[in-house]
Amino acid sequence: MSATPLPGIGVQYDLTTRERRHLSVIAHRDGTRTVNLYRADDPDACAQSLHLSGAEATSLIDALMPAHHSPNLLHTTDLGLVAERIELSAHSYWNGRLLGETRMRTETGVSIVAVLRRAEARPSPAPDFRLAGGDTLIVIGTREGVDAAASILGRE
Amino acid sequence: MHSALFLIEFGAIILGLGLLGRLAGRFRFSPIPLYLLAGLAFGTGGLLPMGASEEFVAIGAEIGVILLLLMLGLEYTATDLVSNLKTQYPAGLVDFTLNAVPGAVAALLMGWGPVAAVVLAGVTWISSSGVIAKVMGDLGRLGNRETPVILSVLVLEDLAMAVYLPIITALLAGVGLAAGSLTLAIALGVAGAVLFVAVRYGRLISRFVSSDDPEKLLLVVLGLTLLVAGIAQQLQVSAAVGAFLVGIALSGEVAEGTHTLLSPLRDLFAAVFFVFFGLHTDPASIPPVLLPALALALVTAGTKIATGYWAAKRAGVGVKGRWRAGGTLVARGEFSIVIAGLAVTAGIEPALGPLATAYVLILVVIGPLTARYTEPLAARFRGRRTVKTPLLAAVPSPARSPEAVAEPAPDQDPAGRP
Repeated sequence: MSATPLPGIGVQYDLTTRERRHLSVIAHRDGTRTVNLYRADDPDACAQSLHLSGAEATSLIDALMPAHHSPNLLHTTDLGLVAERIELSAHSYWNGRLLGETRMRTETGVSIVAVLRRAEARPSPAPDFRLAGGDTLIVIGTREGVDAAASILGRE
Repeated sequence: MHSALFLIEFGAIILGLGLLGRLAGRFRFSPIPLYLLAGLAFGTGGLLPMGASEEFVAIGAEIGVILLLLMLGLEYTATDLVSNLKTQYPAGLVDFTLNAVPGAVAALLMGWGPVAAVVLAGVTWISSSGVIAKVMGDLGRLGNRETPVILSVLVLEDLAMAVYLPIITALLAGVGLAAGSLTLAIALGVAGAVLFVAVRYGRLISRFVSSDDPEKLLLVVLGLTLLVAGIAQQLQVSAAVGAFLVGIALSGEVAEGTHTLLSPLRDLFAAVFFVFFGLHTDPASIPPVLLPALALALVTAGTKIATGYWAAKRAGVGVKGRWRAGGTLVARGEFSIVIAGLAVTAGIEPALGPLATAYVLILVVIGPLTARYTEPLAARFRGRRTVKTPLLAAVPSPARSPEAVAEPAPDQDPAGRP
């Protein structure tokens, strides 16, 4: 992977695969991305050039992650534990209620390690933490536990 | 009721520009030529001479030039400029020699004198970064090997503007050699100092300007830019250069934020500037200079192609990429008009404005076409001379998208998907 600055546009990252195919990603300064594949007959020229918005690029990254299970996956350990990001919807039942009221640990055995709200993260929220719609909870537990937690938090 | 008349006139101009811009967007063309034509239509000897808004348009045009240069400065960090200057200066020199000299020679041949020669050299020298960046994006070539080469030529030209504009300003003001040298020394000193400060303390400057509130950021940046531009003008350095240096000094997040905030303003005032330039050109003066403009356009299109070819070859790009780089660099645009505008306001050679207008009109239209077709045409010529069959023998019709034209690689299906 090599990086080339493109003055006035952004930065270009180049990758040559094991099959000797060349692809590059241009990170534009406005947060969009361009993915380029090169022609076999003219390695200097793009055969395809796809312009992706920030959100499109994010979902592409998710799909490219080697350990891919679900779009919210952070990391999977070999111990059978999973960590997931679960987002509260804007009109969630839990909007304005305390974290303790969810009885999360009793019901499902998962831990809530952090709550992401806008640009900040609140590590290890206490039971008296007041949830709000739009929060993203980072939960760690067994696969079953996390699924159960997702259905509790999904209450509208 | 002076203000009512002004509002009606100015509103009509802006509305007309908006509609023209939409028209340009529909044909995927740069709106610059249409703005120039609009100015020609409304100006002296045109269809509808304007009176009341003249003064405001003149001021707006000045602000337009300042904003154009500020945004140009924002595009680059000081580090970009310095590193480009260190590695790419031969390309910059070739670019200057091949493209500025024809303009100067043409002016001398027409007997316009040395000052006009220096101005016309600038007009034919500087490519339009705006048009070129857009064309490369549209053709899906941003990832090509030759793109960094093209961009570095543009960066060097923009950096050269910081030296060239003060020279022009001094020459047009008609100052003597001593005063002119002093001005130039000041300009170079200030430009060098700003670059140095921006590389060293860019963060500090940005922190001073930085503000979370877009409104305050807008006011601070705009105020600072106009102030510096004004001071630069007082020192006979050229307001545009002052604005350019402000843009260079701002970096990182501030540059990002400013870019989004000022883009609409820049678009508005730059459009006003092009109209203003057209207003001051009498349409009747264009036909006599059409032939020289066309000849100059053809020659300098050729020299730009040679420049791009040489620069790309130097960077180790393949033959096709060299032709593409050359063809892409052909477009001239906003800065040729900015340079000519300085000369028109100063009132030297009366035929200079019309010539520059015609020249830019021709090249802003031809530029995107040469960007697209130089390589296939070159391949065709080579194909005639060599046994190797060219890949793109037939010149594709413009109606088809570039993707459809690109031959699918052997391991791809005809749609070009792996």
